[in-house]
This record gives sequence, C-alpha cells and structure tokens, in this order.
Amino acid sequence: MAPRVIVVTSGKGGVGKTTTTANIATALAVMGNKVVAIDGDVGLRNLDVVMGLENRIVYTLIDALEGNCRLNQTLIRDKRTENLYMIPTAQSKTKDAVSSDQMVKVCDDLKHEFDYILIDSPAGIEAGFKNASAGAEEALVVTTPDVSAVRDADRIIGLLESMGKSPIRLIVNRIRPHMVKRGDMLGVSDVLDILAIDLIGMVPDDESVFTSSSKGEPLTLSSDTQAAAAFRNIASRLTGNDVPFINLDEPQGGGFFGFLKKTFGHGR
Amino acid sequence: MGIRSILSGFFGSGGSEHIKDSSPGQIARDRLTVVLMHDRADISPGIMENMKHDIIEVIKKYIEIDENQIELALENEDDSVALVANIPIRTVPRRHRPHG
Repeated sequence: MAPRVIVVTSGKGGVGKTTTTANIATALAVMGNKVVAIDGDVGLRNLDVVMGLENRIVYTLIDALEGNCRLNQTLIRDKRTENLYMIPTAQSKTKDAVSSDQMVKVCDDLKHEFDYILIDSPAGIEAGFKNASAGAEEALVVTTPDVSAVRDADRIIGLLESMGKSPIRLIVNRIRPHMVKRGDMLGVSDVLDILAIDLIGMVPDDESVFTSSSKGEPLTLSSDTQAAAAFRNIASRLTGNDVPFINLDEPQGGGFFGFLKKTFGHGR
Repeated sequence: MGIRSILSGFFGSGGSEHIKDSSPGQIARDRLTVVLMHDRADISPGIMENMKHDIIEVIKKYIEIDENQIELALENEDDSVALVANIPIRTVPRRHRPHG
C-alpha cells in the first residue's frame, strides 16, 4: 500500500482536531499500521499533551528544519502502542518557522518509513493551515453541529478543493443525539446536506473524551465508550473497510440509546 | 417567519409542522443555508448594490418603478434559497402593439 498523508483540519478552533488526530493515529497503529502524527500548530502545540508524550520531547520539527537535528531524531515513539510515533512542533516559535515547501519535503521523507502520516492542522485559513496541508493528499474536516463551525468547515472545504486535496471527508464531532431528536440542534444529516461532502465518521459528545485528554491517553487505546468506538470506526473506514454508521440522529433500541438512557436518564 | 407558519400557529392545525419549523435545529439549518449561500457566492453588500442597480436599469426600460423602495435579498423559503426582489411599480406605460 502506498503511504498516505492526511491533514486533519476544521477552520474553526476548538472543535476537536487534535483529539481526532490523536485517536485516529492510535487506532490506525493498533490495527497494525505504522503511523506518525505531526503537530502542525507551530506556537500553540497541543498534540503532545493530548497524546501524553509531553515529557519525552527532545527535538521538535522546527529543530530539524533549522538543522539542529535530523528528522528522525524528532520522532517520539509511543511506548503504549507499537508502531505509533509523534513529531512535536515548537511552542516558542511562530507560524513563519515552517514553509509549505519544507512540509512537503518532511512528508515525502516520512513516506519511506510510515504507512500513515497524519497532520494536526492549526485553526484558521492562513499560512499555518496552508503549510500544515501542503504535504497532504487527503483531508479530514472536523466540525461540530454548530452554525459557526459548519460555516467555517464550508470555507475550509472550498480551500482544500482549490488545493487539489482528495478525498476530503467529514467528521461530525460532539453530537448530542437527545438534543438532535428534540430538534434543538443540527443533526448529522442536516450538516451533510449543507456541506455536501462524504461523511467518514460521527462522534457523540462524550465525557470520556475529556477524561482521556486529562490523562493524556487516547480513547482508542483501551476505552470502550461510544466515542472510542466512533474513532475506531473512522480509522477502519480510512483503511478502506466498509463499517456501517450508527444512526446518532435517531437513536433507537438498545446500543447507543440504551447507553443514553443510562447516562442521561431520559425515557422514550 | 413565513406566512405559512404564522397561519399554522394561529389555527393550531400545523401541529408538528409548526414545531419543526421553529425548532432551534431547524432555525440553525435555515440560517446556515442562507449564510453559506452568501459565503459561497461571495456576494458582498457592494455586489448586491451593483446587481440591484443593473436590475433597476433593465426594468426601467419597460415599467416605471419606485427606485428608492426596491428591496433585493437572498431569502430562505420552503427549503430553498431564492433571490427575492420587491419592486414597487408606479405605472405601466401604454405600449403600441403593432401585431395586437
């Protein structure tokens, strides 16, 4: 299989790009792929803490680009998951520390060693996003079912299309099925109708996501929550498996609805 | 809010439809549809003004209109977005019809 470079992006900040990157990277590695997740957010790095690798950083991507070390010296191996690596970025630099050409070169070099290269893009549509996306062929767009997040996702999808990325697929994060059911918020079908791109996953709003980032332990490592299952399904679909979607818009029967009943105490 | 939903609310006959039309989820969807229509078309207020001017020029050739009262906007109606123009007519001049 040819190595794949995938940028995880959103436009709007705070919708779950970094969590998504960490969880999909972990799930892909657990499935047996050799994976590296790159923090593309120079100056506001977060992937290291979400993955729980912040204490192991010696060199950053910027050190490699400035010639202070070799690229493979920036790779941090995740000891809990075989085949999973992370490349941190610098916290003390700005977006100007990386250029698009450099990112393309970094991705090309990593393709010799990895099956999947995931890049956690910064929010926004400026240079940071453009540099982070430069080396990627594919894109995952993360949104939440909010008017503002969907609007920004639409803008980012337009930019990714103009950059020739393909496929561009959508992840709808933080879905609250009981609110969708009451008609209190947008459902996944609404978001898909409006954005008109392929869906690769929908992730319910789940407290386990917070506890996992508190601990620095991606959900897909060991958790059996709905959110963990959703991220694992996304990773599986990325590898080409046909995994059916759980209908979060209209939760029914046991499974997820039963889980909701337990969690929120809502009857039908 | 459209006349349809006002009526259904008034007569209480619309039932679920009325609830659906005014639910926060539906409002979010309606707002997004219009916002994205503007975003994608990149229709700035300036472009809208130019378009309005051009439309006025064309219509003026045929009927006398009240230029100051013209309203032109993208509106969301029954699940689709329309460019809606409200153009008050002063008079329609009598025209010579050679073939009439």
